[in-house]
Amino acid sequence: MLIIRKFLRDVPAMMGFAIICTVIGIAVFGSMLVPHPHLVFESDLLRRFEPPSAEFWFGTDNLGRDIFSRVLVGTQGALTVALTVVAVAIAIGVPLGIYAGYTTGWLSELVMRVTDMFLAVPQIILALAIAQLAGRGLGSAMTALALTYWPFFCRTVYAETRRLRHSVFIEALEGLGASRTRILFAHVLPNVASPIIVRATVGMGFTILTTALLGFLGVGATAPSPDWGLAIAESREYLPDMWWAATFPGLAILFTVLGFNLFGDGLRDLIDPKLRRSRS
Amino acid sequence: MKSGPILSLENVVSVYGGGRSWLGRAQPEVRAVDGVTFDVQEGEALALVGESGCGKTTLAKTVLGLLRERSGNIRLDGKLVSGLTPQQARLARMTIQYVHQDPGAALDPWWTIGHTLDETLRIHAVSDRAERARRIEEMLSAVGLDSSFLRRYPHELSGGQQRRIGLARILILHPRIVILDEPTSGLDLSVQATVLGLFDELRHQFGLTYIFVSHDLSVVRRMCDRVAIMYLGRVVELGPTEPIFRAPVHSYTRALLSASPSLTPGQLDGMPSLRDDPPSPSAVPSGCGFRTRCALADRVCSAHRPALEAVVDDAANGHMAACHHWQDGLFSSADGSLAMHGVGAQ
Repeated sequence: MLIIRKFLRDVPAMMGFAIICTVIGIAVFGSMLVPHPHLVFESDLLRRFEPPSAEFWFGTDNLGRDIFSRVLVGTQGALTVALTVVAVAIAIGVPLGIYAGYTTGWLSELVMRVTDMFLAVPQIILALAIAQLAGRGLGSAMTALALTYWPFFCRTVYAETRRLRHSVFIEALEGLGASRTRILFAHVLPNVASPIIVRATVGMGFTILTTALLGFLGVGATAPSPDWGLAIAESREYLPDMWWAATFPGLAILFTVLGFNLFGDGLRDLIDPKLRRSRS
Repeated sequence: MKSGPILSLENVVSVYGGGRSWLGRAQPEVRAVDGVTFDVQEGEALALVGESGCGKTTLAKTVLGLLRERSGNIRLDGKLVSGLTPQQARLARMTIQYVHQDPGAALDPWWTIGHTLDETLRIHAVSDRAERARRIEEMLSAVGLDSSFLRRYPHELSGGQQRRIGLARILILHPRIVILDEPTSGLDLSVQATVLGLFDELRHQFGLTYIFVSHDLSVVRRMCDRVAIMYLGRVVELGPTEPIFRAPVHSYTRALLSASPSLTPGQLDGMPSLRDDPPSPSAVPSGCGFRTRCALADRVCSAHRPALEAVVDDAANGHMAACHHWQDGLFSSADGSLAMHGVGAQ
């Protein structure tokens, strides 16, 4: 209860929480809220590049599609991609990190050196390379992102597990004869959960940004997907005259990422008093 | 009906470090337990006493099987249980259990007390839920707590309650030997007295054998039948509590006793106090480990390591000491004169 009250007083975190709720709401109910359902995918060339108006709040793009409707519909895609990528990255990174952190020996060493190799190269470059190899499309972009994001989880979990490995309560469990599986999954995992949750929240925003970037660079979503990054890429040629075609999908990315980051930061402050800093 | 000892150690050596890490330098070896031999009889309470870093806890963990002994034999009920891998050793020695120095930290902060106790039984394959609940209930009342504690988290318990839970957690497995690591540290005196009373009561109720790891001499004197004094990984004096407290033979024991406050004025007059810190366990002096701080030390002490041998006057009850000059020390203390000026005696 105290934790919840503390969180309610954290204004930036609450703003982040509100943004996330809105974004999730749009992702779930977006298709019902769309003002011009027929102008999401179908083009209407007579209406090309209409500036924002009462009818088309965000204006129309180069094919006369309603940008507001497309941003709404794109939300679902962005969230799904982020969730999937983060979930897969957790599924790969966390078990590896726990294993490598708890045991010693060449296998643990190998896992961590591979992790280091991944972390030594900027994620976006690695993801670009993998996505290029796998071929164009959202699926390959997601695969590329998940395959390059797990080392972050692995590192975090590894460090936490190393710290816990010599803690008294783990030693006590070993003394009682608890199996390694029990110690790792029933005791170490819940104790490393907080940093995982924080990283996952921030990672959601980060992944949305990276997905948009991949879409912009042309290795992610393909037309006519309402992907935000793709929308910005498509409108690039018409800048700066048709500013609205790039601005509104860009703002959508900005707000969503901001929401996850603010929320994640708030969570971090709640969970880890060591990282607490005074914010005036 | 006195049969053989329930636990017997024979020249046990336990080493930390050594070996080399990948691409790293070879690390120096630390012989934390260096050739310890003693027996523990069923039902007795044996104290392991010594300064911090003398290897008490390492010895306890070696006996428990959490650390693998480098050499030597450990027999439990006459059966050899040493020389196994840590997992096997722990299994073979399940009748030995350990209560941590900080029993609060030994509990998973995320789990309630009830959940933790339940888990202990589950680890030991007690699959019947009702049976587990019954045993938990029984054990809680044995350590003087009620079932409302089952829903609490470790940080919601006081020091004394944590100790009781720590005991309940292992007694629930029906051990025969319980190793208590600094069982009274961090408790205030009134709680200490209650907890010690509880130890005594449980020992009789469950027929336990205690190994007390402690440096609180008053507690040792009150609770234990026999005392083993350790210095730098070796047992330097071993024997029944009263003779050792009344007439210590090894100069280290004498110094240790004089360092503990006493209510009887003059009782410990003339006993030396220790200067300096003990030498690093990674660079133990040759011969007798205590010679660098001992006033009786001479060339024999640096050349030969003294064996643990019976003290002649007191041999019948198993009083033993590892010192080349114990007779000199005994003589001077009986004489009442200060034989150990050099050791910073007041």
